[in-house]
Amino acid sequence: MLPGDLKPEQFKGYPPQARKLVTGCVAALQQLPLTFVPSLLREVIDYDFKFPPERNAIEKELANLNSLSPSQLKEWFQGFAQITPSPKLESVDWVNSPGLFVEQLSAHLWATHQLDAFRKAAIEYAGRLQAVAPPEPPPVPRLGIAVIGQGVDAHEEPLFRKLRAHGGYFSRVNPENGLETLLNTVAARAKAHPAPYGHWYIDGGEEADHDSALTCVSYGALAPERAVLLRKMHGEIEKPGMGPEALRTLLAQMRPADLGMGKSGKGDEVLDRFQVKLLTEGSGTQIFSTTFAQWAARETLRRAQPLTLLVRFAPRQRQKPMNELLSASQTNADLDPAGSLVDADMGSYYTYLNQQRLAGAEKSSFLVWFEGHNEAVAIGPAMPGGTQSANPTDLKQLLSWIS
Amino acid sequence: MTHFSLQTGRGRAAAAACSPRELARQLACTRRDFLRTAAGLALGSTMLAPSAMARALAPRKKRKVVVITFGGGARDQETFAPEGQENIPHLMRELIPQSAFFTQVVNRGILGHYVATASLVTGVYETFNNFAAVPPANPTVFEYFRKDLRRPPSDAWVVAPSNGFNRIGESNHPSYGGGSGATVILPKHLLTAAMSGASGDFDHLLRDNYETPFYAPELGGREFELEQLENLLKLSVNDFKTHARTLSSPDELSVYIARQLMKQVAPSLLWITMHDIDIAHAGAYSLYIDGIRRTDRLCAEIWQAIQTEPEYAGNTTLFILPDFGRDADDDSGGNGFQHHRTGDTLSRTTWMMALGAGVRPGVVFDRAMESTDLVPTLGSMLDFSAALAQGKPIPELL
Repeated sequence: MLPGDLKPEQFKGYPPQARKLVTGCVAALQQLPLTFVPSLLREVIDYDFKFPPERNAIEKELANLNSLSPSQLKEWFQGFAQITPSPKLESVDWVNSPGLFVEQLSAHLWATHQLDAFRKAAIEYAGRLQAVAPPEPPPVPRLGIAVIGQGVDAHEEPLFRKLRAHGGYFSRVNPENGLETLLNTVAARAKAHPAPYGHWYIDGGEEADHDSALTCVSYGALAPERAVLLRKMHGEIEKPGMGPEALRTLLAQMRPADLGMGKSGKGDEVLDRFQVKLLTEGSGTQIFSTTFAQWAARETLRRAQPLTLLVRFAPRQRQKPMNELLSASQTNADLDPAGSLVDADMGSYYTYLNQQRLAGAEKSSFLVWFEGHNEAVAIGPAMPGGTQSANPTDLKQLLSWIS
Repeated sequence: MTHFSLQTGRGRAAAAACSPRELARQLACTRRDFLRTAAGLALGSTMLAPSAMARALAPRKKRKVVVITFGGGARDQETFAPEGQENIPHLMRELIPQSAFFTQVVNRGILGHYVATASLVTGVYETFNNFAAVPPANPTVFEYFRKDLRRPPSDAWVVAPSNGFNRIGESNHPSYGGGSGATVILPKHLLTAAMSGASGDFDHLLRDNYETPFYAPELGGREFELEQLENLLKLSVNDFKTHARTLSSPDELSVYIARQLMKQVAPSLLWITMHDIDIAHAGAYSLYIDGIRRTDRLCAEIWQAIQTEPEYAGNTTLFILPDFGRDADDDSGGNGFQHHRTGDTLSRTTWMMALGAGVRPGVVFDRAMESTDLVPTLGSMLDFSAALAQGKPIPELL
């Protein structure tokens, strides 16, 4: 089937809000190339379970499509129209399974050397869309905080090498009540600027006491779901004919109930789905807590676009070397604090980069702190990059300087 | 941010700013400038080609080639860029000063490890499913080599840690195949067979590729069997098991097997695929760096073996190259070092070093070449015709 054959009744399987939204723009969708439409539908089909900025972006994009004339649509999508899909792709039920289509399109683009053309078309489209429907600036400047190095006494290599160039490095930070100070700051912002899913606390271990105004996700709290998922993955992969791509497709179809979430019926469906995606789409998030924390922060920033984010990294399990794997003795998984510090240092840099991709980046601020120790980097509009200070200070002071 | 991210194992397309060609040129310049200052290398374009020097060194009959894929893909910033040099001390101090270094090797194919390595091996951008246990569609360098030069099966070998590479030694091309390729050794598979019945945590060890945990495909094809260990490599199963217990990674096991192979069989064409670096897919940066440092050390060990094994010393050319790179930090469609899914310039642009027989040492070449150029180059060096390869011989090595 091609987009020109689309009819409103074909969306009857969509959740109610998504259905209402998409049936209002079928006429525009009919004029678009097959290489584009399923990518859009992949987002639309999950509209009911998306965060507010994502919903806003989808609404703007569809409104824009409805506003374009046939000749404008042709001009906007000529890059996609030049990409040749395979006949096999046309037979995929891309209305109801747009994610599956996009997976197969991706494989097709690589195999036919059309990936670069697709990238070019996507970049051009994104640029046009951004020009007519720019993202709204946040009501207050964003604040990102990364806490790294839990459980580490000392480190050999210098920390924050990638972040120092962007802000000030402080080597005599008073660590007393540091985490509490940061969580209180985040909670105060949540109360001063209330917004649904606007203020987040992510922990790579067990979550600390925190204000209920914060949206919280933690590796520790998801232990039962991770165990269920790993069991399912083991079970599936042992089935005849199961390969990595089939497994990926299966994981993409998982819902909170598949992992035992939401049994009480009082859960948060949007947050539950987000957490399931962290575990099923993120590579390594089921196994390494540092990977979970970094990926959760990335996806939170990309999708929820929060005003405030605090991510705290915790020690991950140690990767056993081969000789230990071969030994008969089975030991409990122990931790690798030193390796986790290196992971988290890079993870904090990626968190900063992802925050700076959002609207209002020029006013955003970021703080990374070596938990329980004296080192931190503070980044903000008023903080010169590449500077350092050995004067005594504390986290509260640093936050005031960058906000 | 838009919805244009292709989130499959093969691709994810998203935003990038300037032209790929310009980015590739900048990458090459960065490597060249660094190498010139740090390692004291000369710019190749100012020098004469090595030409006849190589040919005088050893009769073609004795000429040997070892290829190492610096496996799993590593980025500039963790290797040759100033901040990454601490991770590759052996390449920097020992190998690069002796090598001809090509700064801009572009892979225009599919960025999956098996299909990309198959493309290196055939000189054609293969397009099969990366995760399928299928042979390359085009003739491999091993088939060209053995058929044209009438070499026995013992003269071409592949050592690969990943079980998914078991079909890489021979194509299903109608004019080739049929036992004319290389014998493939999968050390992890051998070890599993050797450890049969013993207790231990094999799930992790058997993990075939780091993109998908727990996946271990069915094997097939012309692979080396456990029973041949003692006959061909003069290695008892017990000695193999005992030694394996002293090693920290699958790549260390591969190098151990490769050295045994060099000592006992001395193949003229030996291809070693490293894979430890690909642990990066698990998202732990420290493990990725550990993998780079280990691979750096193992490359030096192979070079050392080439210098000390009588069958190899003085008549062997060593090639080291990654199959491809990894995603850039600044591409919002990826997640930095973790994957190679965006198809961006950093993930497509790599390097290659050649050292040993026939190679003028201490020279940097920064013109663009493609990873498919390797097989025709080997053909020219060893006197066989890579007739169906898409690449072109590298004149600086001929």
